[in-house]
Amino acid sequence: MNMRPPMKKLKVATASLSGCLGCHMSLLDIDERLLELVKLVEFDRSPITDIKSCGPCDIALIEGAVCNSENVHVLRELRRNCKMLVAVGACAVTGGLPAQRNRFDVGEILERCYCEMPGTQSKVPDDPELPLLLDKVYPLNEIVRVDYFIPGCPPSGDALWKYLTDLISGRMPRLDYQSFRFD
Amino acid sequence: MTEAIVEPEVLEPIIARYNGDPGNLLQILIEAQNALDWLSPGTQGFIAKSLDIPVTHVAAVVQFYTHLYDTPRGKYRVLFSHNITDRMAGSPTLMAHMLKRLKLKRGVVSDDGLVSVGKTSCTGMCDQGPALLVNNRAITRLTLRRIDEICDLIRARAPLANWPAHYFRVEDNIERADMLLGSAYAPGEALRAAIACGPTGMMAEMKRSNLRGRGGAGFTTAVKWEACRDAPGDERYIVCNADEGEPGTFKDRVLLQSFAERVFEGMAIAGYCTGARKGLIYLRGEYTYLRAPLEAKLSDFRRNRLLGMGICGVPGFDFDIAIHLGAGAYVCGEETALIESLEGKPGRPRIRPPFPVTCGYKNQPTVVNNVETLCKVTEVAIHGGLAYAGTGTRQSAGTKIISVSGDVERPGLYEYPFGVRVSQVLEDAGAYDAIAVQISGAAGQCLTPQEFGRRIAFEDVPTSGSFMVFGNNRDLFEAALNYAHFFEHESCGFCTPCRVGTALIARILEKIHSGHGARYEFNELNRLHQLISTSSHCGLGTTATNALHDIMTKFPTVFDRRLIRRDFEPGFDLDAALARAREVAGRDDANAHLDAHLGEGVDA
Ligand SMILES: Cc1cc2nc3c(=O)[nH]c(=O)nc-3n(C[C@H](O)[C@H](O)[C@H](O)COP(=O)(O)O)c2cc1C
Ligand code: SF4
Ligand code: SF4
Ligand code: FES
Repeated sequence: MNMRPPMKKLKVATASLSGCLGCHMSLLDIDERLLELVKLVEFDRSPITDIKSCGPCDIALIEGAVCNSENVHVLRELRRNCKMLVAVGACAVTGGLPAQRNRFDVGEILERCYCEMPGTQSKVPDDPELPLLLDKVYPLNEIVRVDYFIPGCPPSGDALWKYLTDLISGRMPRLDYQSFRFD
Repeated sequence: MTEAIVEPEVLEPIIARYNGDPGNLLQILIEAQNALDWLSPGTQGFIAKSLDIPVTHVAAVVQFYTHLYDTPRGKYRVLFSHNITDRMAGSPTLMAHMLKRLKLKRGVVSDDGLVSVGKTSCTGMCDQGPALLVNNRAITRLTLRRIDEICDLIRARAPLANWPAHYFRVEDNIERADMLLGSAYAPGEALRAAIACGPTGMMAEMKRSNLRGRGGAGFTTAVKWEACRDAPGDERYIVCNADEGEPGTFKDRVLLQSFAERVFEGMAIAGYCTGARKGLIYLRGEYTYLRAPLEAKLSDFRRNRLLGMGICGVPGFDFDIAIHLGAGAYVCGEETALIESLEGKPGRPRIRPPFPVTCGYKNQPTVVNNVETLCKVTEVAIHGGLAYAGTGTRQSAGTKIISVSGDVERPGLYEYPFGVRVSQVLEDAGAYDAIAVQISGAAGQCLTPQEFGRRIAFEDVPTSGSFMVFGNNRDLFEAALNYAHFFEHESCGFCTPCRVGTALIARILEKIHSGHGARYEFNELNRLHQLISTSSHCGLGTTATNALHDIMTKFPTVFDRRLIRRDFEPGFDLDAALARAREVAGRDDANAHLDAHLGEGVDA
């Protein structure tokens, strides 16, 4: 009989802010290692579990940039509840694709989309349920403290696996050059 | 924008004067801009066609150099020196005053196309600041009254040539003279002494002198010369580095203004020893006013057979000197960037090795020496290597000129034998309440009063020659921020650690400056310092965070005082970032707002 008390499983939350869920798809790309992963960790709030708000966790994996007020709330919730916060993918690390709108005035973008395009009503939606867009798209580290960054669009499944297993076993996460070389 | 009219009658003679040689592209562009005020697409296209090079090459050069303009900047282009010592002397107030008087925004041309006002890096007038450049001419000792007068002259469209001459007076301010600044000059004496030794004999004297370069790195001059002499090549070149871009340094300006003959002789002797027949002086654009007097002195030299064919009557000793101008790029002081610039290209540092001594200007063996180093060569020639090595310290022979500015009673040049204590210089300059001295410009060390007993020498505190002194009412954070902006602006952009790193440093310091700083930012600065200083391609990047790191470690209160946030917070107002969307959606409900802080409680 194994007399050692079972190691407490680490809790992991994941979220997609303004991203394409590609980084989450990449997480699924670790394939059969997923089975190993769920032995090591328990998922809290995540598109994988469909849990909508998160309790105290050890690790937060966040893809996507911060584009609107809802993104800010989600990000802050995760920051408050998680010991380690990891920015996953180009959008979270630098703003990535969504940040292409930063060259334009957000007011003009909204008016163009909702008032000027054919088939639109001449009104920007004003339902209080809708999150408002921020003036610019921000990377995570301009809104909250970020502990680790994983580059890539998306980072490969192998890179995510390496990073996660390093974190879980308490090592300083390290990626070798090949796993973030994209050309 | 109206398409500017190309003026072939202006451009053709300029291009002809430079033999239609693409290697002279930078010089051609500088002169074209002097004549036309800016380099329109038409102008660039015309020059590209005349030189038979792609227009993109021309555009790349125009865009690289800060003082070349591809958009109109007015007939009068005013640039305030933005160095920390100018700022301490009141330059921000003066610039604000000028902007107000001319009803202008910084960097924006007036509606009538007459004038623009902006900022530029140190102009080398630190002992007589605050200073500005108008169309590349320096005006020193600015006061509110002088700014008013300048505004009037600009509004009256008075040609610069008619502005009062005393505006443009640049003083030497030699406060302590020794071997170099204090000795009398006899034309040709050094050259004849070198000739008496013969090329190998003079090289031996150079070795005995143990003369080391004054441009920063302190490389032994004789070793450099020998390597150049012995390298295979068709032509050899002697380049005088007169880029003097290190903030707070102005000794080379004085040497070229009042001691130029020694620089020429030093270059000719270098030619004599290495077999080079051509010399080039790379003069920073900010010192353009020195060009005409230098050319006149060069003509005198040629007339007196101290330059040209058969110097001093020695058959086969041929050497001549040409002047090239820079156009506002600190990195061009780095010797391989300087060579690129001499070749008419953007001044991007080359990969070393090969070093310039084997593969320099036009890929030929090239010696690059600082202005002061070349002056010292004449001392070695006249007094002999052994006598030269007799002053200074063991590893640092001879004297060193120090440019002193900032909070001192007598700013100016101070020449001492190497080994002088920092405290001695401060005392002589009248610095009574110094809390810090920034040595060697923005790239050097920042010394605390406990370190004022240290010595100026390669074995202790090495310096390319500047002392910026901070009195006890100064906030060194302002200095750190100023250096950060300097390096962000001057990074050539070639390598990522420096291009991105210097910008990140500047953003973080701005964030701390605006009161949003926490320990997190401090740690980030440290991390970036490690990264930039170890992985940048050239000396600009590897030294860019030296002073910052010194201030962070040796002056802890400077940062402690400003890291007022307990935890990370955004550097901007999140709620205000929603304002534009609120406006177009016509909303002001509770969900249309964000509170500024992460807060302890639960988010809405
Ligand atoms: C960013 C940077 C700027 C430099 N600026 C200058 C300069 O303005 N003047 C200078 O003489 N050397 C400058 N240097 C040093 C030169 O690369 C070179 O070492 C020097 O000109 C050699 O001359 P010396 O042996 O006589 O000192 C600079 C180096 C770097 C990395
Ligand atoms: S980084 Fe790439 S894959 Fe990940 S969310 Fe952004 S766009 Fe999608
Ligand atoms: S370190 Fe900076 S200045 Fe030097 S090559 Fe890199 S980007 Fe250019
Ligand atoms: S020019 Fe003013 S400080 Fe250097």
